[in-house]
Amino acid sequence: MRPWPVINPAFWFVLPALGLIVLFFFVPVLAALVLSFSDFDIYALGDQSRLRWIGLDNYLRLLHDPLFWQALKNTLYFAIVGGPLSVTVSLGAALLLNHRTLPCKALWRSAMFLPVVTTLVAVAVVWRYLYHPRYGFLNYALAWFGIDPIDWLGDPAWAMPAIILMAVWKNFGFNMVIFIAGLQNIPQRLYEAATLDGAGTWQQFRHITLPMLAPTFVFVAVVTMIGYFQLFAEPYVMTQGGPADSTLSMALLMYQEGFRWWNLGYSASVAFVLFVIILAGTLLQLWLRERTSRP
Amino acid sequence: MIVGLAKAIGLLLLLVRLGGCDSEEVKPVVIDFWAMGREGESVQALLPEFERRYPGVQVDVQQIPWSAAHEKLLTAYAGDALPDIFQLGNTWIPEFVALNAVDDLTERFATHMPADDFFPGVLETNRLDGKLYGVPWYVDTRLIFYRTDLLQAAGYEQPPRAWHDWWAAMERIKANLGANRYAILAPFNEWQMPVILALQLGSPLLRDGSRYGDFRGEAFRRAFSLYVGLFRKGWAPVMGEMQVGNLYQEFCRGLFAFYLSGPWNIGEFSRRLPDEMIGRWATAPMPAPDDHYPGASLAGGASLVIARTAANKEAAWKLIQFLAEPARQAEFYGLTGDLPPRKAAWEAEVLATNAHARAFRTQLERVIPLPRIPEWERIADKIAHYAEKTIRGEFREEEALANLDRDVDLILEKRRWLLAKEEK
Repeated sequence: MRPWPVINPAFWFVLPALGLIVLFFFVPVLAALVLSFSDFDIYALGDQSRLRWIGLDNYLRLLHDPLFWQALKNTLYFAIVGGPLSVTVSLGAALLLNHRTLPCKALWRSAMFLPVVTTLVAVAVVWRYLYHPRYGFLNYALAWFGIDPIDWLGDPAWAMPAIILMAVWKNFGFNMVIFIAGLQNIPQRLYEAATLDGAGTWQQFRHITLPMLAPTFVFVAVVTMIGYFQLFAEPYVMTQGGPADSTLSMALLMYQEGFRWWNLGYSASVAFVLFVIILAGTLLQLWLRERTSRP
Repeated sequence: MIVGLAKAIGLLLLLVRLGGCDSEEVKPVVIDFWAMGREGESVQALLPEFERRYPGVQVDVQQIPWSAAHEKLLTAYAGDALPDIFQLGNTWIPEFVALNAVDDLTERFATHMPADDFFPGVLETNRLDGKLYGVPWYVDTRLIFYRTDLLQAAGYEQPPRAWHDWWAAMERIKANLGANRYAILAPFNEWQMPVILALQLGSPLLRDGSRYGDFRGEAFRRAFSLYVGLFRKGWAPVMGEMQVGNLYQEFCRGLFAFYLSGPWNIGEFSRRLPDEMIGRWATAPMPAPDDHYPGASLAGGASLVIARTAANKEAAWKLIQFLAEPARQAEFYGLTGDLPPRKAAWEAEVLATNAHARAFRTQLERVIPLPRIPEWERIADKIAHYAEKTIRGEFREEEALANLDRDVDLILEKRRWLLAKEEK
């Protein structure tokens, strides 16, 4: 008699988690994919016979939808400008906070982490006041330098920069903490050796800090990019996608199509396009990392 | 420990059974009632009287915030969990009729309620294909809120009655106020103003049985042009609702003289404006394009409907009848400031003596329902969208209207398919 094949006991430990992921993640994702080939809407919700299977029509319609292109453009704008800016600010803050001579490190660290844990809605209310064209502090400060007031959230050209500024301020603390952890992992002796060899601060940063931080960097870059491509809450509470669609993001478009207008089929197709874009972006970053790290 | 747990469960079961015995004796009929926002809160004050009149009936009110109402109702429909009776904004009625989620009330209404006591335009919004699906609970329309002192300064003792007066007044007011103040506030995220102007000119908005958009039609084109002109001439600030910030503060500061708004702002203006503003603002019905004053406005508001799946339709109808009594409606106005849809209720003292509400009484005689199709809100959103883009100079007027027609025809594609299918 042959014995039962031995299953790695680890499998049983993973099984509950795996089950939950399949049930609450893969099944809905699959359902959404199926949905994206239909015109599921309010009529179909009432009577299944009003549902049409339309193949790739939703995707073709997307290509001809000016709102989709606008949303894609805005999302790219936000991710390409906001992402690196956010990472740079995080790194800068981490370097400052990690400096030997800084007193009360824990206090500074908590203070700069505060925006991350503050509710976005409360933050948005405060920032809306800061951005107010007539009574806002930002324009008041600009006036000191003789700069004319800017209608931050009302001018299509300025609304996205305003959202980026707020998002960077709100989010940089999270990456900052990860960078600090990364910085603290760099052995002090490397810097000591470099100092003995006569390397300056910039050279030390360029040849020790950056290469040693590379794994942290990739993690932060990928997570930030994924997060920034999913831009939703900031424009949702600040501008509702306006003015003139200048802050309409892919996720916001998806939400509006799906839950405001109940075009779930069309909305699902937006979701999958966004998914493919994020996947491609992530693969690209990993590939770049692979290539640059090769000796 | 396990023994202890078993004991506890046993005890619990016993309690439940005891409770069960108790409730069997009384067994009241429970009506589930969902109402939105402040209405959901205020209506509870009316219910003790209802429960006193019908001892066996108990009303269970659930208050739902407006922002989540639409989603909550649709989810409840999908999950077969709709309450017996619920409040429905009347632009949502066509959607719930399309879902076959609400009961036909035509017969009950005809036997129990005086149809001619309701404002006809408002009642009409509850009717689809000749069947009545909701009973108006409170009404909403748009008219002019204005600063009497700013009008006087421009030489006007009375609010304008015709368009040409209105436009002339705005020109004088703008000239009076100077660069950073405006004759009218028309936040361009609101579709109401261009739509009201178009309805006044007789635009059907949609054509061929609401199968296609009619935005390039003569009437809408003219209304759109007039509306956009307000911004081009600098009479209205290029602002959405968000940029205005605090509307009441700005009204008080005199940023603008005219503002198109609804009944809820009578209460808000009275509450939020400082005392020195008393007597310096008033309401007036819409001016007309011709000499048939008042000009038409929108028939809006909210209705009460009974779910098709309701267990206690008889009791639910009793509750609707109760809430539609003129005395209850006047009381409800006192609690919420919501204007009653029945003319009899307007004779109550609280309403008859409110000067700001009186303009609404006049206006309500001339209100027009919007297209009654589930897609309307989406279409309205598109109108505001293209109006904003035109005001910002992204489109010329003809271009914007052509795009609007194209988008609306696309939105109505499913409706055309369904209608064609039904005809077969």
